[in-house]
Amino acid sequence: MNRVEIDGDRCKACGLCIDACNKHLLTLSSDLNAKGYHPIEIHDVEECSACALCGVICPEGSLAVYKEIKPKKGG
Amino acid sequence: MAEQVAFKRTSVLTDDYFHYCPGCTHGVAHRLVAEVIEEMGIQDRTIGVSPVGCSVLAYNYLDVDFVEAAHGRAPAVATGIRRTLPEDRYVFTYQGDGDLASIGMAEIIHAANRGEKITVIFINNAIYGMTGGQMAPTTLPGMRTTTSPNGRDTGLCGHPIRMCELLDTLVEPKFIARGSLSSPKLILKAKKLLRQAFDLQHSGFTFVELLSTCPTGWGLTPDNSLAWLERNMVPFFPMEVFREPGKMPPQATPYHPDLKVRDDAPKAEKKTEEG
Amino acid sequence: MAQRRMLMKGTEAIAEAAIRAGCHHFFGYPITPQNEIPEYMSRRLPQVGGVYLQAESEVAAINMLCGAGAAGVRVMTSSSSPGVALMSEGASYMVGGELPAVIVNIMRGGPGLGDIQPSQGDYDQMTRGFGHGDKHFIVLAPSTVQEAVDMMALAFDLADEYRNPCVVLGDGLIGQMMEPVTFPEPSERTFDRSWAATGKKPGQRRNILRSLFLDPEVLEKHVEKLFEKFKVMELKEQRYEAWMMDDAPPVVISAYGTTARIAKSAIRELRAEGHRVGLFRPISAWPFPVDGLATYVEQTRLFLGIEMSMGQMVEDVRRVVAGRRPVQFWGRTGGMVPTVEEIVAQVKERSAALGQ
Repeated sequence: MNRVEIDGDRCKACGLCIDACNKHLLTLSSDLNAKGYHPIEIHDVEECSACALCGVICPEGSLAVYKEIKPKKGG
Repeated sequence: MAEQVAFKRTSVLTDDYFHYCPGCTHGVAHRLVAEVIEEMGIQDRTIGVSPVGCSVLAYNYLDVDFVEAAHGRAPAVATGIRRTLPEDRYVFTYQGDGDLASIGMAEIIHAANRGEKITVIFINNAIYGMTGGQMAPTTLPGMRTTTSPNGRDTGLCGHPIRMCELLDTLVEPKFIARGSLSSPKLILKAKKLLRQAFDLQHSGFTFVELLSTCPTGWGLTPDNSLAWLERNMVPFFPMEVFREPGKMPPQATPYHPDLKVRDDAPKAEKKTEEG
Repeated sequence: MAQRRMLMKGTEAIAEAAIRAGCHHFFGYPITPQNEIPEYMSRRLPQVGGVYLQAESEVAAINMLCGAGAAGVRVMTSSSSPGVALMSEGASYMVGGELPAVIVNIMRGGPGLGDIQPSQGDYDQMTRGFGHGDKHFIVLAPSTVQEAVDMMALAFDLADEYRNPCVVLGDGLIGQMMEPVTFPEPSERTFDRSWAATGKKPGQRRNILRSLFLDPEVLEKHVEKLFEKFKVMELKEQRYEAWMMDDAPPVVISAYGTTARIAKSAIRELRAEGHRVGLFRPISAWPFPVDGLATYVEQTRLFLGIEMSMGQMVEDVRRVVAGRRPVQFWGRTGGMVPTVEEIVAQVKERSAALGQ
């Protein structure tokens, strides 16, 4: 499964990643971070294609995206 | 489970949190510069020059040696560094539109004209951000700012200055390009421009303008700011590569040894007496 | 190497002395009456593998110094009064960022565009008003071409020692006069450069050279640290010459630079006629030689400041004398140079009023 790591304390809730995600997997959390912003969170992560556009547009550098390497079949 | 990194914060950025407003694209520009430095493996050979403006604290975020310049003077400071350190070093300035295109106009034009081997990263968001949203030399006609409350009146203060086009009249620059930070696709393209500029830095002056947003100064949400940029700034500031290897500069004035006017000029060719 | 005496113009001697002091980087902008310095540098520096660059303005020149100083080399500029005024912002940044460099000011007449004749109208600019904020510059004022030559090496050493720009303050006369000079052996001193921005060493802390400290508590600490240095300068770097002072003359002329030379000639004449007059000549305009002057206050009946200005350094004399003795002033300005005869007449007149 692909993975998105969110550094919630960096997030300023600008929401640019929400628009960047083609699969609409990101939303603002109802929690507050240390700076008083509602940081983004990911849902339905199994849908994530690891396109990393969220990371590319994030001005804070608060996202990391990892792509699963599927074992090659038939060796 | 085996996995590969699709995207990760570069280690050339420090762990400090950016002080920029939510949605401001300075953070993106910082990251792109840091990524280029990381990819080229030049962190130990790079010296940055920070400006005055919102990005005055750029040295807090990019983990390289830094010298802070007075308002507009970054190209002169970078010249002093460039002309001093060994040639394998990389020197860049990071400047906003007020810093570069207003108070620092003389310094940028002359550094470019001398062909200083530096990379200038020009953040154009058409406004003075740090001082609170005043009119900039790149503010669009009719654009409202705190010092052009009825919109920029071109009859009163002229039209915005297109820096790439201005610098493209000079002979020496080796790379001049304008990109934008308004979408993931354009951000990836902008990074390529920065990489090209750094790659060409040791051959001469390189300049990358990045169209950027200022949601706070513009009074727009971050996503509306990106849309506003693409709708209003791009038509006036076209995204082009103005100068690159193969794209010829305007014709240089040919060098004439005969133009030496002083009798004592070194190695002056003695003209044979005629008549 | 045997020392050779050479006949040289002041400006060119200053330039050559700088190169011999290890300064291989010069950034400047033409302005009369100091153009022989950049012209000499443009010829000589390429011969020693150095860099001469004509900046687009004095503003750019001082900021190029800022960059080269930050990169850890010996660097200088030279200019004249209005050009130096344009450098004041950058010079303040260099104090804040603790960047060494040498700035030569060959003073001309002011205010405004003034004229291009010799003047001492920049004493206040260099010792008080050069740049914004809490700061100081060591200001050395040569009186002869030889002294200017010796001062260049000293200026670079002081700049490096304190990591602060150092000023050499001359006037158009010293720049234009020709005198025989001997160049001193290069200084053996070496200075730590580990603070310079040359590229972050792996595993080491990077260097950030800056003057911005947004937290007022931090800025106060930074300025206090700078002023620890200035305090040391005030203790160690006061320089002066006391000339014809051994017989405790009742009248003491205070003068610096070229004016002090003219004053010496006047004093010789006055002494030949039986008038006991001495000279107190500050060599460092900042730090002003407070301690040296203080030793002469009691024994003196009248101080007479003579300058090519309307009276600037005389305020420092008044500060030290502090009302204990009369401090008078006479000067020429606008590029007019005081003559020996004028000084002799001024001293005689004022001595007579004293009852001498």
